[in-house]
Amino acid sequence: MKVRYFAWLRERVGRAEEEIALPPHIETVGDLVGWLKSRGPEFEGAFENAAVVRAALDHTHASLDTRLGQAQEVAFFPPMTGG
Amino acid sequence: MAGQASFPVSIRVEEAPFDPTAELARLSGADDMGAVVSFTGLCRGEGGRLAALELEHYPGMVEAELARLIAEAGRRWPLLAVTVIHRHGRIAVGEPIVLVITASAHREAAFSAAAFLMDWLKTRAPFWKREIAADGTPGDWIEAKADDDAAASRWDAPEAAQ
Repeated sequence: MKVRYFAWLRERVGRAEEEIALPPHIETVGDLVGWLKSRGPEFEGAFENAAVVRAALDHTHASLDTRLGQAQEVAFFPPMTGG
Repeated sequence: MAGQASFPVSIRVEEAPFDPTAELARLSGADDMGAVVSFTGLCRGEGGRLAALELEHYPGMVEAELARLIAEAGRRWPLLAVTVIHRHGRIAVGEPIVLVITASAHREAAFSAAAFLMDWLKTRAPFWKREIAADGTPGDWIEAKADDDAAASRWDAPEAAQ
């Protein structure tokens, strides 16, 4: 699965995207966030405040409860500030 | 939110500046097109503090999300055409950032749909702004505003659509 990061989340984790092999017990976006946070202090820091992290699955907004299912790409980013 | 709009839709996400007047002229008036509303968002200088904004975006999702927002607007109002242009990259003070054009038979639908699209675009389209100071130094990422969430949520109730 491809994981992408944007804006200050990208800066804090130190990469724009990566391919990960999903551990079998990871079923939801929230599960994935928990697992990512265990990978090192940069992830712990980037995801420390879950209230300001948004997610998308295959280009569609998702919540922490959303099941990953067969999604090819998950993205994490701060609240949007376009317009 | 899904589905395609049943009217002509133009979505462009690009770096180059656009000309709102030229984009308006591109909308040829269909026989029943009685109202065209356009909104242009510009980069503010914040009292001389800023030189520009730098906009990051999520290619692919931006276009998909804008299409979903326009389809939703089409379910709420009888629209005849919609154009949304949003820039990314470096945008100097005074330059246009975003353009929303809505066309309908009557003004109420065109005004409401334009306001709806801007309110939802700000909180749902994956763009992120960072400040570039007057001396050229990259500054902070702009934080999302509670006002924008409130503006977006006023459209949440289905009865908001008239």
